[in-house]
Amino acid sequence: MENKALPYLLLLPTAVFLCLFFLYPFSLVAWQAFVGDNGFTLEHFRSMTDHWKFSISFWNTMLLAVAVVPIQLILSIVMASMVNAMRKGRDIVLYIWTIPLGISDLAAGIIWLAIFEQSGFLNSMLQSIGVADKPQNFLTYDNLWTIFLAIALAEIWRATAIMFVILVAGMGLIPKEYNEAAEVFGASRWQRLWRITLPLLRPSLQTALILRVILAFEVFAVVAALGGTSFPVLMGETYNYQFALQDGHVAAALALVILAVSIAFTLVIIRVLRVPKEAQI
Amino acid sequence: MVLLGASGCGKTTLLRIIAGLESPSGGEVWIGGKRVDHLPPRERGIAMVFQNYAVFPHLTVFENIAFGLRMSKIDSAIIDERVKRTAELMHIESLLDRYSGQLSGGQRQRVAVARALAMEPDVILMDEPLSNLDALLRLEMRAELKGVLENSNTTTIYVTHDQVEAMSLADRISVMHKGEIIQSAEPVEVYRNPATHFVGSFIDNPPMNFITAHRKSDSEEGKWLVMGKTFDGPTINTPEVKFAIRPEDLAIVSASDETGFAATVRVVEPLGAHTLVTCNVDGTLFRVIVDSSVRPESGEVLYLKPVADRIRWFDSATQLAIA
Repeated sequence: MENKALPYLLLLPTAVFLCLFFLYPFSLVAWQAFVGDNGFTLEHFRSMTDHWKFSISFWNTMLLAVAVVPIQLILSIVMASMVNAMRKGRDIVLYIWTIPLGISDLAAGIIWLAIFEQSGFLNSMLQSIGVADKPQNFLTYDNLWTIFLAIALAEIWRATAIMFVILVAGMGLIPKEYNEAAEVFGASRWQRLWRITLPLLRPSLQTALILRVILAFEVFAVVAALGGTSFPVLMGETYNYQFALQDGHVAAALALVILAVSIAFTLVIIRVLRVPKEAQI
Repeated sequence: MVLLGASGCGKTTLLRIIAGLESPSGGEVWIGGKRVDHLPPRERGIAMVFQNYAVFPHLTVFENIAFGLRMSKIDSAIIDERVKRTAELMHIESLLDRYSGQLSGGQRQRVAVARALAMEPDVILMDEPLSNLDALLRLEMRAELKGVLENSNTTTIYVTHDQVEAMSLADRISVMHKGEIIQSAEPVEVYRNPATHFVGSFIDNPPMNFITAHRKSDSEEGKWLVMGKTFDGPTINTPEVKFAIRPEDLAIVSASDETGFAATVRVVEPLGAHTLVTCNVDGTLFRVIVDSSVRPESGEVLYLKPVADRIRWFDSATQLAIA
């Protein structure tokens, strides 16, 4: 009798914890998004979408994710392949490349602000080599594209490591005989990557992409540091509604939008990178 | 050709050097009159069967067998035909749509061999291809592999640590020890006339028996004493040599026989086809294979007479065979 009940008993504390501190607050947020003075309402969603900043922040968030994540994917695959092929000094390179993981996103934003701001490193460098005669202001409202570029760069620098770490671990799990067999049977380096490594890496690619995409939709601190209010994103707007405008209902609605987008992309990634059961290692 | 050696002797490394998966610290690799050691594996005209098969899990059996052909951009109709032909040869034509995960070890092995055969390479390299199969299957695959390789007429370099496998499959056995090939000859030759003490003690189970023989007297050249009995041996000028004899080349004789030396029985193992008797001869273990009807008692003293023309002699210092 004990044997049957034991697994459930062991799971119980976690389940209770999750219900209490995750599911319950979440349902409160969801409730807040749909309830008004007279019961159920879509009023909050309407005022959210009616606001001129909503579609801008929505598309900004999307644009950032679409621009940053593919670059990070390619970068992390290249970096992971390099580390995996190394014999000496592998660990040192691994540690150095994962340093950004230990830096908070706001700190990362501030580091890149120090580079791009009017008295920043980039300006002093441009001046000292004589390219510019006076400091440029890269991060102003009329330089939206440079703001975007700075944010994208900071995001790539900051959050590629998380994908890289997952892919390094995943590549380590692929027996090296597969690559050797492919090599003997005539596959070039490129063909081996494309036809052997990447297909076998699908489970790790899935994890890395899901994690990264969800984080991309939650981008906030880096944008706040570099773009301020010039480059609104969904998470920033949520923050604004909650704290500046003191409207928890619309903030909750925005949070649900972010959740919905995350779920949608997760499902797509799971579907696209699915490994049929019989083809698993 | 079979590369035979104990684990860690360098046979797999040698195979991987031939394949181009590892680079040698010195020397050259030639295949069919062409130097290849500067070429990548795919330009060497080789195919390989790996110890753990390395059948790609994300591809079907068909695509696995076709992999090498696809890489060399062969017309897909020809690929289709060749894959089907080799699959039939290896009796896996019904499995072409399956994935590696749906196959047994033996079937994966067949896929790995078919993938190599489909390439129609100059040389097939096999790295202990049967060692991951269970005993019965290994026996079956061994015979089948021999047939397939004979029919395909492809040069095969086969690495194994199993000397029975080596004896059964090889046209030529190269015995490796500590990174060097110490004897390369036909299986029977390796068995009958081991080039060194090591080869004699490595080939066959139980291996050769060795015992020290002393020079009878300075005046009598080529006469050696083993356990007080006189044998005709090599005429070399050393005080002692190693006397060697295979377990099946010893006969039990009566005490009066002039070349039968005394051995105390320690263990008797009836193995069905024959009886394996382990004896103590002057502090040295001697294994004797006798007819299964013979059942000596432990502690009994037997007199063992070596078959004269099967006796081999080894130099005690150099370990080399003395002709």
